[in-house]
Amino acid sequence: MSTIPEDLSYTKEHEWVAGLDDGRTVTVGVTAYAAEQLGDVVYVQVPEVGAAVTAGDAVGEVESTKSVSDIFAPVTGEVVEVNAAVVDDPSLVNSDPYGEGWLFRVQIGEEPEDLLTSAEYTSLTTAES
Amino acid sequence: MSRSTPLREVHEALGATLTDFAGWLMPLRYGSESVEHNAVRTAAGLFDLSHMGEIFVTGPQAGEALDYALVGWLSALDTGRARYTMIVDGNGHVLDDLIVYRLAPEEFLVVANAGNYPMVARELTERAGSYDARVEDRSESFALVAVQGPKSAEILAKLTEADLDGLKYYAGLPATVAGFEALIARTGYTGEDGFELFVRNEDAVPLWNALSEAGAGLGLLPAGLSARDTLRLEAGMPLYGNELTEEQTPFDAGLGRVVRLDKPGDFVGRAALAERAAQPDQEDGPGADALRLVGLVARGRRVPRHGYPVTRDGVVVGEVTSGAPSQSLGKPIAMAYVSRSAVEAGGLTVDIRGSHEPVDVVDLPFYRRSK
Repeated sequence: MSTIPEDLSYTKEHEWVAGLDDGRTVTVGVTAYAAEQLGDVVYVQVPEVGAAVTAGDAVGEVESTKSVSDIFAPVTGEVVEVNAAVVDDPSLVNSDPYGEGWLFRVQIGEEPEDLLTSAEYTSLTTAES
Repeated sequence: MSRSTPLREVHEALGATLTDFAGWLMPLRYGSESVEHNAVRTAAGLFDLSHMGEIFVTGPQAGEALDYALVGWLSALDTGRARYTMIVDGNGHVLDDLIVYRLAPEEFLVVANAGNYPMVARELTERAGSYDARVEDRSESFALVAVQGPKSAEILAKLTEADLDGLKYYAGLPATVAGFEALIARTGYTGEDGFELFVRNEDAVPLWNALSEAGAGLGLLPAGLSARDTLRLEAGMPLYGNELTEEQTPFDAGLGRVVRLDKPGDFVGRAALAERAAQPDQEDGPGADALRLVGLVARGRRVPRHGYPVTRDGVVVGEVTSGAPSQSLGKPIAMAYVSRSAVEAGGLTVDIRGSHEPVDVVDLPFYRRSK
């Protein structure tokens, strides 16, 4: 079973958001639950540095052997950094989804809304499986 | 509600991700599908294929009945051998692709796809009506377990006295495996050497466990439908519903060789298929706009998938039937129906969710095992 770290925020689209407490820049990735559902990830497309993203918009994609899924921006703001390592080696999404497999960082422009707590996300995944 | 095979609890105990496939709850993968794929290429994989249909055709005219019902020449098949063949409708369009084994002079086993076998059994029953032959769908009582990969003969040899060295590709042999009555067939859908074992439902779990133990030190891994699909795609093997549908004749799929117009007597679809075969360039279809089944290798990393348009200069010239990242090539691969003129002109792209990604046309199969 996948773990769901307590100190992160989540979206219904199975992204995690870190760093909301300690400033204006957050890190975004996909959850271990999503990675397990996808299977072996073979391709990751992340937004470009400098891109303005709006919460809820499709800004990239994660592709596995069997399927492809959009990555949605969990927050509104500007992309300030992307993880080149995960673009080179997409399997990091499977092996370390909350660590080396992070996708991009956003400088927040507006106060985030509708993010889920760890407990809320846990009940969402329990309901789905 | 999906149906379960006799091995469902085994799959669950192994932590498989289960998925619905043609109305059956089947293992999609146990862990990493790439690891399972590579295990089959380098050692061996163990598959549950119990969703496939087993239809027996028996009687003095069983061979003649199959000659009339199918496009192949089955009455000419030697006992103990198998053939890849198809069942078509009156217009020569493919209803299913099949493997037929001749188990005895008057006994044939027809193996049909999971989603199609009730229809195949009905069609066979109807088409065999005027022959001295009996059609019996025994899919409910049979399980099918496959061992595929270069180590499969070594693994199976630990469990049977049967002469595996003497068992040729596309041959079948009734034998005892791990104490259970089985039909051992040297067939598969992976592009590797391998065996398919037909057993009674109640023997499926102990047979699976015996094979797991026999292969434990040899790199055998359980493998799911995801690996099966990428293995067959690399091997250039068609999947019914993707490369083969009721839209095509066997000729359209580049498989005109299975149509035995040289066999005696009439058969369902003969007139239409004879007309189709008489058209110029029969494997590729008539005219420059006829669609041809080709292999594609993507230059980039995004994967062309089932249903994506094949384009050239922004114009749709075909459609992808199957696509996946290829472990063996390290690039995405696909099969697609593309118009002949576009294939010859080159410069093809696949519209991957709005972006036209360059692909190269290659000969099938993508992967061929070294002998």
